Amino acid sequence: MELICILCPRGCRMNVEPGGDGQWEVKGNGCSRGKGYAVQEMTCPLRTLTTSVWVEGGTHRLVSAKTDRSIPRDKIMEALKQTKGLKVKAPVNIGDVLVENIAGTGANLVATRKVDKVVLA
Amino acid sequence: MFDIAIIGAGVVGCSIARELARYKLDVCVLEAKADVAMGSSGANSGIVHAGYDCKPGTLMARLNVAGNSLYEDIARELDVPFKRNGSLVLAFTDDDMSTLKRLMEQGIKNGVNGLKILPAEEVLKMEPNLNPSIKAALWAPTGGITSPFEVTIAMAENAADNGVQFYLNHAVLSIQRHSDGKFHIETSGGTFIARYVINAAGINSDLISQMVGDDSFRIHPRKGEYCLYDKKWGSLVTSTIFQPPSGLGKGVLVTPTVDGNLLIGPNAVDIDQRNDVDTTYDGLSFVYEKALESVPLLPKNDVITEFAGLRAIADGEDFIIRPSRRAEEFIQVAGICSPGLSAAPAIGRYVASILNGVMQRNGHRLEPKRDFNPYRKGISRFSDADWHTREELIKKDQRFGRIICRCEMVTEGEIVQALHRNPPALTLDAVKRRTRAGMGRCQGGFCTPRIMEIMERELGIPMEQITKKGDGSRIVLGKIKDFLGEDAGC
Amino acid sequence: MLSMKADVVVIGGGPAGLAAALSCHRYGIRDIIILERDSHLGGILQQCIHNGFGLHWFGEELTGPEYAQRFIDQVEKAQIPYLLDTMVVDIDEDKRVYAVNPKHGPIEIQARAVILAMGCRERTRGALMIPGGRPAGVYTAGMAQRLINIEGYMPGREVVILGSGDIGLIMARRLTWEGANVKMVCEIMPYSTGLIRNIRQCLEDYGIPIRFKHTVIKIHGRERLEGVTVAQVDDARRPIPGTEEYVPCDTLLLSVGLIPENELSQKANVQLDPVTGGPVVDEYRQTSVPGIFACGNVLHVHDLVDYVSEEAEIAGYGVWRYLNGLASQYGQHVDRRVKIETGYGVRYVVPQRILGEEDVELFFRSDNIYDDGVVELTDGQRLLASKKFLRIVPGQMERFKIKKQALSGIKPGGRLLIRWRNLA
Repeated sequence: MELICILCPRGCRMNVEPGGDGQWEVKGNGCSRGKGYAVQEMTCPLRTLTTSVWVEGGTHRLVSAKTDRSIPRDKIMEALKQTKGLKVKAPVNIGDVLVENIAGTGANLVATRKVDKVVLA
Repeated sequence: MFDIAIIGAGVVGCSIARELARYKLDVCVLEAKADVAMGSSGANSGIVHAGYDCKPGTLMARLNVAGNSLYEDIARELDVPFKRNGSLVLAFTDDDMSTLKRLMEQGIKNGVNGLKILPAEEVLKMEPNLNPSIKAALWAPTGGITSPFEVTIAMAENAADNGVQFYLNHAVLSIQRHSDGKFHIETSGGTFIARYVINAAGINSDLISQMVGDDSFRIHPRKGEYCLYDKKWGSLVTSTIFQPPSGLGKGVLVTPTVDGNLLIGPNAVDIDQRNDVDTTYDGLSFVYEKALESVPLLPKNDVITEFAGLRAIADGEDFIIRPSRRAEEFIQVAGICSPGLSAAPAIGRYVASILNGVMQRNGHRLEPKRDFNPYRKGISRFSDADWHTREELIKKDQRFGRIICRCEMVTEGEIVQALHRNPPALTLDAVKRRTRAGMGRCQGGFCTPRIMEIMERELGIPMEQITKKGDGSRIVLGKIKDFLGEDAGC
Repeated sequence: MLSMKADVVVIGGGPAGLAAALSCHRYGIRDIIILERDSHLGGILQQCIHNGFGLHWFGEELTGPEYAQRFIDQVEKAQIPYLLDTMVVDIDEDKRVYAVNPKHGPIEIQARAVILAMGCRERTRGALMIPGGRPAGVYTAGMAQRLINIEGYMPGREVVILGSGDIGLIMARRLTWEGANVKMVCEIMPYSTGLIRNIRQCLEDYGIPIRFKHTVIKIHGRERLEGVTVAQVDDARRPIPGTEEYVPCDTLLLSVGLIPENELSQKANVQLDPVTGGPVVDEYRQTSVPGIFACGNVLHVHDLVDYVSEEAEIAGYGVWRYLNGLASQYGQHVDRRVKIETGYGVRYVVPQRILGEEDVELFFRSDNIYDDGVVELTDGQRLLASKKFLRIVPGQMERFKIKKQALSGIKPGGRLLIRWRNLA
């Protein structure tokens, strides 16, 4: 299977095929990092999820959020569905945990923006 | 129950509404769309023609010249932009020269003042960016430019201030004449009863006419496409530049607009569909190529938007303004193609006189209202104001200090004003036409979400219900997470 | 009118403006004011909620709002004053800046130096002249991004994206993650201007096809968008008859280029580069008007915000030099700066003028994809510097460092040439 390396602008066109005993054979990689990337993509591609969550009583309607580490790509949609109906209360600070262990991945969904509480005059 | 129901809130309907607001009458205006000026009045050249190109003796010729002369008053009373920048018809060939002579003679017969055929050197001195190979040009100093939708909006607002009631989103479905002589007008928003009906339905005026059994005329839609340039090209020419007229109209023009842009167009294509305002590749290319003949420096890029409008051409190609032969109390104001904008102020007066005639035959007459106020104040424009005025505006209302549309420098204060006028701005396009927010080079990319927030707050319309121009033109289709159903997967 | 004076006025509180103000502050300048038109600092980064920012600058991967907040925190800590909701309306060659906000009304600031950091805007449908109807549902990718990430609303469900710039790619994934169906991305060029990473993670991950050498030739619909006609184009980017295909959709997003926002710069008579759309600057990011500097996307469109921050640092240093009389030699009339022209393979270079008194780094973009070659700087006869590249692509800004020594013999007011040379 053909895979373009994303690690640097050179964008090596790699060929990845299953080798013997669970190993992967990578061709066309310009460096060893490329090989690691190719194997990861073939076995369990990891992605960081970024999304927004509704905020109650905040200076903004939404707070942006991300998983605090990358999660298996297959878990992304499940993780997103878990944010449906979620509403957090202001104030929110960067790094606040909004969902713990999202979709059972071990990663937390954390806030990436500060949202202050609306103070009524 | 109304004395008068006007069908259609284009520049013609609104001019009539304003004129009739001078009298002791209950008047309503029924408009199918979400705003006034949604048809031809919102998409044309914005030219107040001098009147040399109409055939002498026609209604068109008479009302064009009369309407043109009323524009200073209109601008002053209604606080709308108008500039008598003059117009030039260029001649490139010997044939064109005889066309110029014919136009000039025609103009003189029509009562147009100041017409002159100028030699090329003189023309190029006035307009150095014109094609240097021209032979001469017909100079018409009374030609002018205005903003067609602002004129319409201003007339509507002034009519409303003087008691005329506007019903937007009220499409006329059928008209019944009852035995008492009154018209029962069924609309998408309920039934209206009126003694007199004025058919100012533009492109659909023949269909409205047929509702009372009068099929004495047909409207043939003729499409015209335009390109609007960035303001940096607004002074490429100062007067309105025409080419010798073709069989299908006045030809492609190049003109500055009252807002400081440059406009080129239109082409002229007879079409079948009355709602076909699509621009086309061929049409826009034609317009550009033709405009290039007049102004060779015209850039290919820096166009900020393109649009198309329809001209309502009636059989016979003259305006049809007269009582219906089926019912005298039903007055036709149809086939108002170009120069409809120029003639509109005069059409209002002319219709009032026809109406007065019909009423007298019924034992009534138009009685002037003592408290008619001809003045209408436009929205205070931050961008046009000097710093002192701006300071005063912000002192009175802080929202005039918050700029929402950065290209056209429109403030929140102006947008809020537009939302609360009568008739109100209920759509994004309505806000745009009243304030210019979203009309600049970024075409609303920056300000649209911000205007929507203001509309939600001021009008209580939820974001998801805010439309571009009414009906099914919603901007957003749901909240985030809404579409994340159980079946969503990849 | 409120009248003030300041050593430095920074126009724009996005990544460029914040970093430029901080740079000035580090060089000891204290009388600085940042003017920001939005109600918060951070600019467009606040709506770029995806990650991928900061790898070069902070050595870690951040989202847009996080990247912005780091700079905002530093600005707060340094107590650099700023005005929010403040729109600059006018500026002149004497560095008088006119602005307005709801709280103070009109404001006039006499600056000693000005840093232009207004960013850029998106190209629109009107500029592309796509024929058809004018329904709702045709939006620039950035506007859709704001609707979704700031307002919380979905522009549509069935989406076609025109242009494979990074914002378009990011929005393809964002919309997919919200349950919308992104049908395809059309790219008129034979390659993408977006990052490979984004092609992989935003399109390939979700099986969204990218159609190269395709464009949208018609927009269907009167009220809301109903569909688009896409067609293949030839090498001259003209649609090929017979390749038209109707694609039903309710939303068309345009990611077809960014334009530096220089209407204000022009009011101050700042000379612009027709290729970048931004001001012509020297290596200190000083424009043709002494004391007016520019950095970030107002100068040229960057691929990475990290480079914006870097460029803003340079502008801050330039302002410090200017305010301390070190830049007096490049007055309006005696311009000692050397002009850098672009040759084969190079679309643009920033700075376009250099003095060459210190090491200089050139930022450039190629006009096509080139493999295995060198970028060279020559004075017509001599090769002054060169740098090897395995590959250069138009979507990526490249850097080329020139040592001061290499520039020692250049003639004031002369010309240099930057060009690509294939090695194969």
